[in-house]
Amino acid sequence: MRDNATLEYDYSIAKLFLYATMVFGFIGMLIGVVLAFQLAFPDLNYIAGEYSVFGRLRPLHTNGIIYGFTLSGIWAAWYYLGQRVLKITYHQHPFLKFIGYLHFWLYIILLVLAVISLFAGLTQSKEYAELIWPLDILVVVVWVLWGVSMFGSMGVRREKTIYISLWYFIATFTAISVLYIFNNLAVPTYLVSGVGSVWHSISMYSGSNDAMIQWWWGHNAVAFVFTSGIIAIIYYFLPKESGQPIFSYKLTLFSFWSLMFVYIWAGGHHVIYSTVPDWVQTLGSVFSVILILPSWGTAINMLLTMRGQWHQLKESPLIKFFVLASTFYMLATLEGPIQAIKSVNALAHFTDWIIGHVHDGTLGWVGFTIIAACYHMLPRMYKREIYSKKIMDIQFWIMTIGIVLYFSSMWISGITQGMMWRDVDQYGNLTYQFIDTVRVLFPYYVIRGIGGLMYLIGFIMFIYNVVMTITASKELDREPNYASPMAA
Amino acid sequence: MFSWLEKNPFFFTVAFLLVFSIAGLVEILPDFIKSSRPIEGLRPYTVLETAGRQVYISEGCYNCHSQLIRPFQAETDRYGAYSLSGEYAYDRPFLWGSKRTGPDLHRVGDSRTTDWHANHMWEPTSVVPYSIMPAYHHLFKKDADFDTAFAEAYTQKVVFGVPYDVKDGVPLGNIEDAKKAYMQEAEEIVNDMKNQKVKEAFEKGHVKEIVALIAYLNSLGQARINK
Repeated sequence: MRDNATLEYDYSIAKLFLYATMVFGFIGMLIGVVLAFQLAFPDLNYIAGEYSVFGRLRPLHTNGIIYGFTLSGIWAAWYYLGQRVLKITYHQHPFLKFIGYLHFWLYIILLVLAVISLFAGLTQSKEYAELIWPLDILVVVVWVLWGVSMFGSMGVRREKTIYISLWYFIATFTAISVLYIFNNLAVPTYLVSGVGSVWHSISMYSGSNDAMIQWWWGHNAVAFVFTSGIIAIIYYFLPKESGQPIFSYKLTLFSFWSLMFVYIWAGGHHVIYSTVPDWVQTLGSVFSVILILPSWGTAINMLLTMRGQWHQLKESPLIKFFVLASTFYMLATLEGPIQAIKSVNALAHFTDWIIGHVHDGTLGWVGFTIIAACYHMLPRMYKREIYSKKIMDIQFWIMTIGIVLYFSSMWISGITQGMMWRDVDQYGNLTYQFIDTVRVLFPYYVIRGIGGLMYLIGFIMFIYNVVMTITASKELDREPNYASPMAA
Repeated sequence: MFSWLEKNPFFFTVAFLLVFSIAGLVEILPDFIKSSRPIEGLRPYTVLETAGRQVYISEGCYNCHSQLIRPFQAETDRYGAYSLSGEYAYDRPFLWGSKRTGPDLHRVGDSRTTDWHANHMWEPTSVVPYSIMPAYHHLFKKDADFDTAFAEAYTQKVVFGVPYDVKDGVPLGNIEDAKKAYMQEAEEIVNDMKNQKVKEAFEKGHVKEIVALIAYLNSLGQARINK
């Protein structure tokens, strides 16, 4: 590691992606908070006419968080750590630098077009694949540019062995390429008929087939963006920040290859008790349970990396973020398999419990890992100490309480919903009308909204801390080695 | 082997792809053709219904309403007969949804009328007190997109072999024929509505989005199977 000092890394692209992470994180979370309160107070649907109705905003929230916030975070990490683990610098490779810039700007153009088109109601309606066909093509171009950057960097590397984070980046790149293309195959209707909107297309698959392909994709957007992309980040930043080697190489190997084999089977758990073949549902259910092993393998590997070093939790808010992220990962990857058990799924499917599950994963695991990674990169990219440790600490607690409010209210509301839907009286007739099950959820929707708002406030504190670090914090004369320096 | 793979990104990627592809091949290929067959008597959507379906998609109705009745008594009691794979054969894309903030709609056409939908969409709490669904006034103002709906039906017929223009089935014909049928069908819906502005617009030849959406909602149900 010591010869790192002789290489002057080029952080210009990582910095751009860091800004994008903040901007899209803020927008995505803000829309999320609005959506949460809309369910409690329907009048909020009309704050911007037809453009602010729940059905239009919801895809903007999911796309903004998955493709705006999370991918920006993943790419900020790639353009930062890629050079370090491969021992290259973009200063010496103008082509790679150019690809990086092109990647960033096309990505920004794509996101702007995505926002405009979704606001306008232009959507394919497949969850997490809502973008219309011309934008799908642009997605592929952006994705290929990342591939060129990644494999190009590996082509000129000085370090022979590919570090673990890059295994996960390769997995993210390859899997999403395959899944995205297959799920988005569609026929533009204008090209066939010569009339109507040029933006409109219809899926290559119909009905049950379309559902299978969609959830094969939909679940694995979680697998290969929210999971493998984020594992890539934590595998680099946690050891770096704590100064500890990863607990077990064998566990790393086991959890990587088994995660890659098992995850993709689990998509079937989204279509349990639907009209897809029973054996597909059963496979989806069984493999979802098996998925606990590789997921916990990774999480335990992270937590045990801190063995003997738990005092760092007290000393560094960054370590707190990483450790709690891994803990939330364990929680979410235990909860998911439980929900995939057929009898539990019968109750949980279509309810808020699922929303709760997604959010303890995304808020706790994804959000915290990305925020911590950004904080780790800051002093090294700008050669300044982090502006305020205190803000980080307060931010950590506000966000954590927010997440707890979020998932606990959604657990209660989801299970209540499921129980009321199926409840029958002594004669076997349904006890409740549907609207009864809506009314009873009001308090939980309010609590969820407050939880989300707290998380957003924490994120605003993060943005403030980052901006102050860049503009007003104490300068460092050289890059810190581990444990990010931070002011009081 | 792993230490060798770690030094060869290309073969690493190939190894990953192999490990990753198995599930897709096993889960998706075997039943692919079988599970897309229509059930007997299923008719395709008319052009007006297709236009309504496009409104349904564009407004994101699927975010809160499912179209999948699971085989449980509580669901069949509440919504009607459970859903069958073959009912979705002409659905591109499928619209099962993943969350029920509102009730399932797969059989809504069997239990609700045009008038009910029109009131519900204008002011949801007027027919369902305490509803948290937003009102959709803009659907009463904007014209439905006939051209794009025709383009979709035409593509379904030409590319995917969906049976339009068969004996006793749904006629499509050329764009003029389709427009005529579209207006006729819209007229039936408009007659059942009370909204004067929608009626006046129709007299002038404009079909509002709400009319198309209601046509689509009316088509959801078992009535569509036996027509």
